[in-house]
Amino acid sequence: MLDAKDLDAFTQDAQNWFKENTPRDTDFMLPLTFMEVGTDEQFHFLRDWQNKVYEAGYLGAHWPTEYGGGGLDKSFQDAATRAMAQERTPIMLNAIGLNWTGPLLIDRGSEAEKQKYIRGILSAEEIWCQGFSEPDHGSDLGNAQTRAVRDGDAYVINGSKIWTTQGNYADHMILLARTNPQAESKYKGLSFFLAPMKGEGIQTVPIRKLTGEYGFTQTFFDDARISADCLMGAEGEGWLIAMQTLEYERGARSGQAGGHVMMLSDPNDIIGLAKSAQLNGKPAIEDEAIREELVHLMTEARALGLASRRDKLQPLTQDRPMSLALGGKLSSTDFYQRLNAFAITLQGTRAAYYVGDDSAHDNGIWQRGYLNSFSATIGGGTSQIQRNIIGEHVLGLPKS
Amino acid sequence: MSAYVGPGITPTIGLSQEQAQLIDIAAAFCRDKSPMDKVRSLLDDETGYDPAIWSEMVELGWMGIAIPEDFGGIGLGMGEVVPLVEYMGRAMMSSPFIGTTLAAQAVLRGGTEAQKQTLLPQIASGSPASLALCEAHADWNLENLSCTAKADGDTLVLSGVKYLVTHATSAEFFIVSLAYEGAPALVVLPKSQVDASRLTREKIIDDTQRSYALNLEGLRLPLSVRMDVSLARETLAHIELTASLLLAADMCGGAFSCIDYTLDYLKTRKQFGKLIGSYQSLKHTAVDAHQAYERARSHLYSAAFLVDQQGEGEMAVRMAKAEAGEAYSFAADRAIQFHGGFGFTYDCDAQLYRRRAIMDCALHGDARYHRRKLADLMF
Repeated sequence: MLDAKDLDAFTQDAQNWFKENTPRDTDFMLPLTFMEVGTDEQFHFLRDWQNKVYEAGYLGAHWPTEYGGGGLDKSFQDAATRAMAQERTPIMLNAIGLNWTGPLLIDRGSEAEKQKYIRGILSAEEIWCQGFSEPDHGSDLGNAQTRAVRDGDAYVINGSKIWTTQGNYADHMILLARTNPQAESKYKGLSFFLAPMKGEGIQTVPIRKLTGEYGFTQTFFDDARISADCLMGAEGEGWLIAMQTLEYERGARSGQAGGHVMMLSDPNDIIGLAKSAQLNGKPAIEDEAIREELVHLMTEARALGLASRRDKLQPLTQDRPMSLALGGKLSSTDFYQRLNAFAITLQGTRAAYYVGDDSAHDNGIWQRGYLNSFSATIGGGTSQIQRNIIGEHVLGLPKS
Repeated sequence: MSAYVGPGITPTIGLSQEQAQLIDIAAAFCRDKSPMDKVRSLLDDETGYDPAIWSEMVELGWMGIAIPEDFGGIGLGMGEVVPLVEYMGRAMMSSPFIGTTLAAQAVLRGGTEAQKQTLLPQIASGSPASLALCEAHADWNLENLSCTAKADGDTLVLSGVKYLVTHATSAEFFIVSLAYEGAPALVVLPKSQVDASRLTREKIIDDTQRSYALNLEGLRLPLSVRMDVSLARETLAHIELTASLLLAADMCGGAFSCIDYTLDYLKTRKQFGKLIGSYQSLKHTAVDAHQAYERARSHLYSAAFLVDQQGEGEMAVRMAKAEAGEAYSFAADRAIQFHGGFGFTYDCDAQLYRRRAIMDCALHGDARYHRRKLADLMF
């Protein structure tokens, strides 16, 4: 068994490795999150980078060796992930695979599924996307209408999924589809598939985001035949498996491969902005009202960091054990949105400029960050759905 | 979520074994000794607390938790006092506990050796004490002093009136702040020097608490009542810090119970044929109140962990007081509203929480005050 000394050495090696190997100064803009991969150039760059990190042993370090992981304790991967964040390396591309599909396979996949998929997730040779949301059923997953009809040794898929991150690049999709429209409840009619994305009858159409950029697709299934082996678990277990997947997404369950998939802007950057931005003839940071609001935001930022640490102190979570885990998405995504919105208001007339204009403050990152922040307050269950979840599952309020 | 490392303050939080134990002990004790009917029965009581329960708290050693063993205490820190006050806040318990604990901290930080030797063991064995800091100018700055002490031979002559002296009629002595030779000073005023006519009960917003105006005019005291003059500013700063920490604890506790109280109503009250907690305008607001409470509690236990650390402790405590004040105020404000017509009655407990939140914010600074202080520390 490895001990703390090994961990220290591993951590040191990881820090050194990322210091030496982190690519600098690309001549194109790198996506800050896995939801912003909009060009082929970005995609290929990030795929190579993830592969390199994996080959160096800093991704999936705690996943089982027989499937391509490092077989170490989770603390080792945590150390590697921290090293990436500290070095502000480019993000890990295959986020859906690393964070959701992978842990799901390890927890409940068959031996064949683990052998088939996990290594490709880590190496980024096989990109995964998620097919839960539908155009008419955004946050109401249980109502998914995409059909999967058994036909011999295949399922025939018809319907459409939306907000498929990296859909145009993906090799596989975790797909929630309806196998039994007559089931006793809408939930029991759903099944879960590990579906191929390359094949006849599957078409992806890029969606242009509110920023003008790309990163998502709408995915259309038109009599697409997929092997019956793609079914995960049994028919009718789709909702159960999808809910487990969402727990990985919301951070309420661990097992993720590690590596950072979002480059969150450092809240401290806004202090730099407040010092450099001129408002009414003086640096914004000299304005009493702005100082107060800045403190307010920094206090909130600190609470986010405190919450994840406090969540490990059982005596401080015993009143409502799921509270901090289930509340994290709402509080952090809402915070980043307000942070970016506030940042724009510090810029006087420069607030009007956007990415690409020389007059834009900090190259317009705050304006773009604000617009992009809605992907997090809408995606993965809107902030309003989050409040329902917390209200019902943490506070025990009746269903709406 | 990546870890946030702020300007000079890391998101540090931890829990000592003693704190963990005290959470369980205080939770059981306060739930048992201060149910809401007990709180209600004390609203009209002159002292506002039950001396029998005070004695039990003394027996448990709570008065001496943050007093060193050399002075008859248990030798833990302010961080260990936090869970006690938090659970007193949950149970809306009232007693001279906070004032007494703060008086001990004042003596410990700024008293003479003789004062430490006599007063700290007294407190540890159960003598209540109180602080006389507030003045008519209503300023939170503890160094803004118009009450004075002047030396006259070998006596000290006091002037002025102090306000918001909590549980004054129970106190065995008072820590009084005064302007002395042009600078802040602290003196220990024994109960024997304060005849009843000098104390006037104040009508305060929080019916669970008691406070008094203390008339100092013409009091003559021996010079030995002075605490260490060279440490007065540092001691006042320490009082503000520790008082803010304990008030944050009281408010976090209150916010929790207030939210719980409201949730009970949202889960049982029906209107238009549905439980009102199923309506999203109420449900979502309850969630917002809960989230604000959780934020405040994370800050509270970070502050409890860091309070003794130079710099970081002050920032952590001020953040905790600001967040707890806003969380409690919001939760209690909405508690009144969500109880509808019942919320407008004295019988509804929502008003008790709301009033206590206002009181706790009025003492040692509200959210805006602490954020302004933080701005100067951070930027």
